[in-house]
Amino acid sequence: MSTATLPALTFQTSPSAYRHWSLTVDGDIARLSMNVDGAGGLFEHYELKLNSYDLGVDIELNDAIERITFEHPAVRCVVLTSDAEKVFCAGANINMLNTSSHAWKVNFCKYTNETRLYIEDASLNSNKRFLAALNGTASGGGYELALACDEILLVDDRNSAVSFPELPLLGVLPGTGGLTRIVDKRLIRRDLCDAFSAVAEGIKGKRAVDWNLVDAVSPLSKWDETVATMSRRMADELPDRGDVKGIQMKTISRTETESGFAWKYVTLDLGPEERVAHLTLSLPSEVGVTDPAAIEALGCEWWIFRMFRELNLALLELRVLQPETGLVMTRVVGDINVALGIDEVLENSTNNWFLHEVSHFLKRMLKRYENTAKSFYAVIDEGTAFAGTFFELALAGDRQYLLCDPDVPVQIGLSNANSGRSPMANGLTRLETRFLGNPEKVGEALAHRGAIDSELANELCLVTFAPDDIDWEDELRIAIEERASFSPDGLTGMESNLRFAGPETMETKIFGRLSAWQNWIFQRPNAVGVRGALKCYGTPQAPEFDYTRT
Amino acid sequence: MAGIDYSQKIPNNVDLKSDRRLQRALESWQPDYIDWWKSMGPTDFNEKDIYLRTAVSVDREGWAHFDYVAMPDYRWGIFLTPQEADRKIGFGDHYGEDAWEQVPGEHRNALRRLIVTQADTEPASVEQQRLLGHTAPSLYDLRNLFQVNVEEGRHLWAMVYVLQAHFGRDGREEADELLERRSGNADHPRILGTFNEPCEDWLSFFCFTMFTDRDGKFQLLALAESAFTPLARTCRFMLTEEAHHLFVGQTGVGRVIQRTCQVMNEFPDADVTEHGAIPLDLIQRYINFWVSSSNDLYGGEVSTNASNFFRSGLKGRAYEEKREEHTAIEGHYNMDIFESGVFTNTDVPLRNAMNEVLRDDYIADNEKGIVYWNKITAKHNIDFQFALPHRRFNRRVGMYAGSPFSLTGDLISQVDWNAKAENEWLPTIADREYVQTLMKPSLEAGKYAGWIAPPAKGLNGKEIDFEYVKL
Repeated sequence: MSTATLPALTFQTSPSAYRHWSLTVDGDIARLSMNVDGAGGLFEHYELKLNSYDLGVDIELNDAIERITFEHPAVRCVVLTSDAEKVFCAGANINMLNTSSHAWKVNFCKYTNETRLYIEDASLNSNKRFLAALNGTASGGGYELALACDEILLVDDRNSAVSFPELPLLGVLPGTGGLTRIVDKRLIRRDLCDAFSAVAEGIKGKRAVDWNLVDAVSPLSKWDETVATMSRRMADELPDRGDVKGIQMKTISRTETESGFAWKYVTLDLGPEERVAHLTLSLPSEVGVTDPAAIEALGCEWWIFRMFRELNLALLELRVLQPETGLVMTRVVGDINVALGIDEVLENSTNNWFLHEVSHFLKRMLKRYENTAKSFYAVIDEGTAFAGTFFELALAGDRQYLLCDPDVPVQIGLSNANSGRSPMANGLTRLETRFLGNPEKVGEALAHRGAIDSELANELCLVTFAPDDIDWEDELRIAIEERASFSPDGLTGMESNLRFAGPETMETKIFGRLSAWQNWIFQRPNAVGVRGALKCYGTPQAPEFDYTRT
Repeated sequence: MAGIDYSQKIPNNVDLKSDRRLQRALESWQPDYIDWWKSMGPTDFNEKDIYLRTAVSVDREGWAHFDYVAMPDYRWGIFLTPQEADRKIGFGDHYGEDAWEQVPGEHRNALRRLIVTQADTEPASVEQQRLLGHTAPSLYDLRNLFQVNVEEGRHLWAMVYVLQAHFGRDGREEADELLERRSGNADHPRILGTFNEPCEDWLSFFCFTMFTDRDGKFQLLALAESAFTPLARTCRFMLTEEAHHLFVGQTGVGRVIQRTCQVMNEFPDADVTEHGAIPLDLIQRYINFWVSSSNDLYGGEVSTNASNFFRSGLKGRAYEEKREEHTAIEGHYNMDIFESGVFTNTDVPLRNAMNEVLRDDYIADNEKGIVYWNKITAKHNIDFQFALPHRRFNRRVGMYAGSPFSLTGDLISQVDWNAKAENEWLPTIADREYVQTLMKPSLEAGKYAGWIAPPAKGLNGKEIDFEYVKL
């Protein structure tokens, strides 16, 4: 698929521009309802039937979740439902999957997975509960969306079911967390999960409750009442944030530069080396306002928040629209005291809802960085300020190159941001994951909070290589050229193995295990060969399998 | 083999007594069925003796045996057409292979869904029609209504037999749920929309048996081709009964037209409603409604399910043996695909167009009914032509769903649609209210209500004033 056909993909939208969702807020309960515009797909060669979705639909969902978090902080329960008749959501559009390039499919699935996890993150950290009110059948990705919610209510009309038809109908897997969540989140017996995943039409009514596939069923005549009662109860289980006013989330614009893009704090430069991008975050000259009320008044213009929203757009640009870029050289430039200062502001204001939410947003963006299939090198040289939250960015990448020369002052810095504020998908901090073999080194490093000179940083094992001024340029050149010569597939596989050392969580399983299998299956002739199940779906032909088990 | 064993609790020609497990399953379902019939069937006539036909054998001679019987005593049973020796699969990827006596595991769920969807329509129509007995225009019509009702009940039995015999626990649960869904119920409606439409007057009943039961005919024709022999055999026998339902519909509407024509000729300057007849344009609006609703029953014009069903041998085309090529793997169906307000002429792979192929046959069959009715107006020298609404008109399923198409299939503005549909094209509230005023029982042998002509002849060689129901 040519990226040139995607001029309108901006990853930013707003409720007034939604084509597929509607968001209404009534007091502390929000209703987010899906009604996909069939003709509103990102590409013209498929129709989004039966509330099926593509990336465009999910960009709106992601926007809605983000807006509920930041614009409607008082909301305690979000009801996810559908305005389509007899159907909640039929999952990812099959024709879209069928006609997309492998890279597009993977990026789409990854983004969708992240959005599901953001729902769960909001449930865990943002004083919100999510109720999936399935007013009709939820199949495939539709049921996976429901699984991301705290509770699932299914209409009992003797017909509507929840289902995973991927295996029986398409020869693939429910790839956005479904298989992981039924065993690891809803803790359903694995033999029942096996049976469930083999029945295309799914399971409905009482059996769906008995198997814990849903929490409750309700007849149509009591539907509105049941949804209202459940959402009220779920909201009441959480503390009331009182009379908080949200901020307004505004669209961020960017300018095109000679060889890339520039936002206010972030630039992405795609030249001059082939397949290498330079991602630069520029700190403002001062920490700025520190009073929570004043920060809230700045809203989405508060620099750290804006900067990470820009980072988000840069990462999505890299992933989806710059598929050939393989290596990203990341620099954070500015005054290290500003980097450490902003961490202090975030640290001291945990009881302010806005700062609390921004803090979690930064956490999510660091994860998105880690979850991007590009090589990331942190370039820590003169003028950079990799401290605290920004040092997490260095740790999230694959290597840290530090210019370590007595004649050039270079510092990094550690703060509380490095000791637990932004845990990785594996539940550990980045320092803990880095030092799995030497846990004492975590404490040794954290004993040096504040700015750390280059030599000490190297001693504390906080960087990969620390060349001096003489070798610096050559070392970097070689590192870039070597990286550029490797197989991009091999690199992606290697990096995702190494980035997520340590324990497994539902999240790491979703990305590291389920997605990997799904992507493997998506590449196999049994799915996408001429007579593969995915290719044959919707055609007059039956799939033909190579029955050899691998 | 063709003989039916009436010595058993459940009459059958499938040697039920030698299959204890199945016999037990069906015998435990039977009381629930009778309870359903007593609460959702034509309850108020349960005690009456009705001149019904009952199958005593599945032979040409034996399946139509007439006698008086009270409906709850009707011998609902399981009748399959005789086993065909060495039956082969007639279409799809398995064309020419041996047909299946057992359900292949890979098709079990899809087949079950097909059977349940068909089965669900059978009790639904009984529920839709359960109160019509009170307003019957004659004993002849009352008897026809009950004949249709008991046979729809038997069709449910036929489908339940297949579910219980071949689909294990899932099949038994589905059989139970067939008795739990209710037509028009907000909580657990019948699966297909048309079977939740109210059928509150006799003109609706005649339109239903003409147009909606005709969908049943074509669905059964397609399922009678199935590679799964028990389903094919049971559907084949259901078709023999279905023909009478279509007869009731076609002649019923015809007799209403005939009566109106007579009134028009008798009182050329009067409004027919002054003389208790039903205006022809009102009849046309009822036709428009029931045809469009029944058109929906065939599903989407381009359908992956339809393709899968055909390809795997689950559901074929009507009269498959009359066609030249049976795999349909290479053919195309040229169709104007309507999407986002625009038509694009497209060659759709034939298998994916199987719903449309079946709908074509259905529409052609409907046309014959229209010709029959127009002969009645012509015979009475009345200048009025009935017409079938275009397949795009008033659809809720498929690519035309919700878009404003005229009776002739032209895309019009939503404003025009709103103006025309409710006032000219579909039955108005006033139409329904007027028809309701005519719904008075006429239950004396030989007497016919003023809005409908008597039939040309009685049933089974009886006179038209025969006491078809003993009240």
